[in-house]
Amino acid sequence: MTRVTYREAVRAALRRALADDVRVFLMGEDVGRYGGAYACSHGLLDEFGPARVRDTPLSESTFVGAGIGAALGGMRPIVEVMTVNFSLLALDQIVNNAATLRHMSGGQLGVPLVVRMATGAGRQVAAQHSHSFEGWYAHIPGITVVAPGTVEDAYGMLLAALAEPDPVFIFEHAGLYPMEGDFDEDARPPLHGACVRRAGSDVSVITFGGSLPKALAAADALATEGVSAEVIDLRALRPLDTATVLASIAKTRRAVVVDEAWRSGSFAAEVCARIAEEGFYDLDAPPVRVCGAEVPIPYPKHLEDAALPQLATIVAAVRGIAQRR
Amino acid sequence: MLDASALDRAHALTLWREMLRIRRFEEEAVELYSRGAIRGFLHLSIGEEAVAVGAMQALAPEDAIVSTYREHGHALARGMPAQALMAELYGKANGCSRGRGGSMHFFDVGRRFYGGYAIVGGGLPIAVGLALADVLQDRRRVTACFFGDGAVAEGEFHESMNLAALWRLPVLFLCENNLYAMGTALERHQSQPDIARKAAAYDVPSAAVDGMDVVAVEAAARRAVDAVRADGRPYLLEARTYRFRAHSMYDPELYRTKAEVEQWKRRDPIVTFAAQLATSGVLDAGERARIEAAVGAEVDAAVAFAELGAWEPVEDLTRDVYAAAAGERTR
Amino acid sequence: MIEFTMPILGADMEAGTLIEWRRKPGERISRGEVIAEVETEKGLIEVEVFASGVVEKLLIEPGAKVPVGAVMALIREDAGAPPPNVTALPVAGPVPAVPLASPPAAPCVPASIAVGAPATPAAAASGRVRASPAARRRAADLGVDLAVVLGTGSDGAIGVADVERAAALGGKAAAAPQPAPTAAPQRPATAPPSHADAIRRTIAAAMARSKREIPHYYLATTIDMQRALVWLEARNAARPVTARVLSGALLLKAVALALRDVRELNGVWAGDRFAPSPDVHLGVAIALRGGGLVAPALHHADRLDLDELMRRFRDLVARARTGTLRSSELSQPTVTVTSLGEQGVESVFGVIYPPQVAIVGLGRIVERPWSVDGAVVPRSVVTATLSADHRVSDGHRGARFLATVDRLLQAPEGL
Repeated sequence: MTRVTYREAVRAALRRALADDVRVFLMGEDVGRYGGAYACSHGLLDEFGPARVRDTPLSESTFVGAGIGAALGGMRPIVEVMTVNFSLLALDQIVNNAATLRHMSGGQLGVPLVVRMATGAGRQVAAQHSHSFEGWYAHIPGITVVAPGTVEDAYGMLLAALAEPDPVFIFEHAGLYPMEGDFDEDARPPLHGACVRRAGSDVSVITFGGSLPKALAAADALATEGVSAEVIDLRALRPLDTATVLASIAKTRRAVVVDEAWRSGSFAAEVCARIAEEGFYDLDAPPVRVCGAEVPIPYPKHLEDAALPQLATIVAAVRGIAQRR
Repeated sequence: MLDASALDRAHALTLWREMLRIRRFEEEAVELYSRGAIRGFLHLSIGEEAVAVGAMQALAPEDAIVSTYREHGHALARGMPAQALMAELYGKANGCSRGRGGSMHFFDVGRRFYGGYAIVGGGLPIAVGLALADVLQDRRRVTACFFGDGAVAEGEFHESMNLAALWRLPVLFLCENNLYAMGTALERHQSQPDIARKAAAYDVPSAAVDGMDVVAVEAAARRAVDAVRADGRPYLLEARTYRFRAHSMYDPELYRTKAEVEQWKRRDPIVTFAAQLATSGVLDAGERARIEAAVGAEVDAAVAFAELGAWEPVEDLTRDVYAAAAGERTR
Repeated sequence: MIEFTMPILGADMEAGTLIEWRRKPGERISRGEVIAEVETEKGLIEVEVFASGVVEKLLIEPGAKVPVGAVMALIREDAGAPPPNVTALPVAGPVPAVPLASPPAAPCVPASIAVGAPATPAAAASGRVRASPAARRRAADLGVDLAVVLGTGSDGAIGVADVERAAALGGKAAAAPQPAPTAAPQRPATAPPSHADAIRRTIAAAMARSKREIPHYYLATTIDMQRALVWLEARNAARPVTARVLSGALLLKAVALALRDVRELNGVWAGDRFAPSPDVHLGVAIALRGGGLVAPALHHADRLDLDELMRRFRDLVARARTGTLRSSELSQPTVTVTSLGEQGVESVFGVIYPPQVAIVGLGRIVERPWSVDGAVVPRSVVTATLSADHRVSDGHRGARFLATVDRLLQAPEGL
């Protein structure tokens, strides 16, 4: 067990995957000489060579599509799309090809492709680099969508994704890359399935990815006022582990869903809908969402902070529905 | 253009029969569509048969095909059974994609037919990736990617040409230029309507060929495939052709004149090649009748196969959204 | 004879209009030739035939709109033509088609702009009991009638805890045992009970339960208020009217402080034992204008200075009467004080509100002849009473409590 950053954990997983399986290769914008926009692949070009660590032109649609084609051709590509906003340029390949081919071909084709991308706001990079579109992707059947929120998951979920026969999209919150955490290179957390990161009894705080540290900090703050918050890390958005969420609600009877994305049509809305559909009679209060404000994310820090879920807003939302003991 | 009489007789008859198979298959599909047996979109390649048949002669079984939503001809020429294709048009479970794709989405992994892609330009990156997989695994194979002139306006055409050239990937880009992107004429959507010339920008060799002449297409395709195989680099072959029918089944054809259509019909690849073969004594009336009968019987059998096919059980609706091993994942 | 039918010319076509016949009866036509022009939503389309023969009869006049599949003409087929190889057509999918006619629908008026939309929440306006889903299920399980449960959640919503408290208080429906519990509250089919009804029924259940289960004992003492009132008058004289402290607040403070001293009176009976409360949350009984009463908590009354206690008391009374009490105020009193002084009553012996274990009664402050240092003089006095749970405390401790209240009021400057 060592302590590494989330970034180092991603890099360790990439190195491990490239070393263990000759079918694996990495491609994307600036993953080679530059070392990755977030330095996740730093050093891998020297270690594995240009055939397996491939710098691509700025052609998201084509290099994601080429990843699909290479997967069809027997490879295990890892495609890095620099950030989620650039992935919009590859949506056709993702939605119409990666997600459909197995079903539409009557089971003849499979696309064992892993696509990684940075997501999320909070770094003052303004409206075109601060999106959280995980929920959009989670809308699409045929792909798996995960959002590792811990260092161990950043490592383990990438390796687990490579074992999947179908496309897996990994959303790494850019704010998490410098986060340190315990890391065991032999640990193999499952690709999906939610996880109770902190047990509690008064209210369930359900979140994932970049909002997980905020939710845990909020739970700490609430504990000092006698409110016991249970924090659920969804880990995977598709498939969504509804059972773990419902088990928690059955205990706490209250749910606060934290999701950095815009509130309307958000993944938080999906979680709330499932709680309402399947956990209705366990509820003692309406499910509550803490989401991003419905604005293009602005550049100045005070405005960006105001646009995103924060410790204080999570605490306030929990207070609003928690019953003190 | 080669003289048909110089061709191997059997091969010449094969070319004609293959084109006729496509023609009769699609004519039958029109009738079935009119009567409601086939629904949805139905994009016909009637008039363009020489491109599919000629190009396919140059490809080996280990090569891969990536096609479009107008792919009945490609699939038949590749050797996919007409029965499985007709059943797919019906949406039956004995179709080549279990009936799930319909006209636009034929798949046959065994014949390395990687599918019809119905978003214009969407197949090109897939072809680049298939070729990349071959290179990374030291396999000397060609991936042929069909697309129409409309796809040339898509970014994916330019991205894919660039990436395939940059990475030296063995892709045959095969543009079926039928002069219309649905209803928009080539001159109305391209600043430079000479598609073959565009390859120069990517340092990709290219050629244009008369797509109404099956022998010419075959010769051009062989040169192109040989080039791809020899130096492992992409090649753009533009086949200039024409579709005789509407974009999908019927349209009022407001975008072109009847005279234009009639003019192109005089160059019908099946009629003109039959005339050549007759002149050179390869195809006499008896042979022609035998081939017509055999093709007709094949189409009839395909319809019977489709009629007799079962619908996929509704319980299987979510089957193969993910691999079975991945378990229940549709939620 | 072959029937020529209106063909399907596009994925969404349901009918077409015949514009022109291109062949007359008696004329020959071959497979693939155009027999008619049909107008569709996309425009004019030439329609071909799939048979060869002689046109026998035209059944449709130009200008007619014809659904797909309808017979439009008869063609006498050439001899020897192969029979059509498709038999069962048209093939219907597994799901019958739904006609695409737009169903009759009311004009769209968003609720947000609808004239006369109620300003208050619909749930409240409808008179439906506001209970959480979990509370409804728990109530059904326990056979509790939600109409008698006092909600302590936001906007007075009933939560699981409220149901369980009501069940503990015997809040089961007064009627015969309910049939199999359901999620829906069991209530007569007549008009839903008013809020006042609900409160009345809650009080009924709680008081009945109290008298059934709590062995009450009662003590009373009369306290000389002279020093306290004189001190208070002097204190108030220096303040504006709105900042003055009433004698009631002084009494509450004394009671709260005395409860710190006698802990057996402050807390709740938790099923089989007494759970003392470390804090004094003084439930103050407030009569409601519509009838009934509530006893919301003055939190930490023992720790409030007089001005603050007065301010909060005023606020509590006002909000009790406007129905804007907070859930914590309704759920957390550790003891209750009832005062009927305004009504002229000199002494009141209250009924304990379960699960509390004591209720303090305060009467009107009256002038009475009083013996002071051997002389009979008029003095202002008040009768303080205690009703307490004998399972928890004895008269000896109760007497100590009243004595402490008395002692504290003789030194008002310490309050």
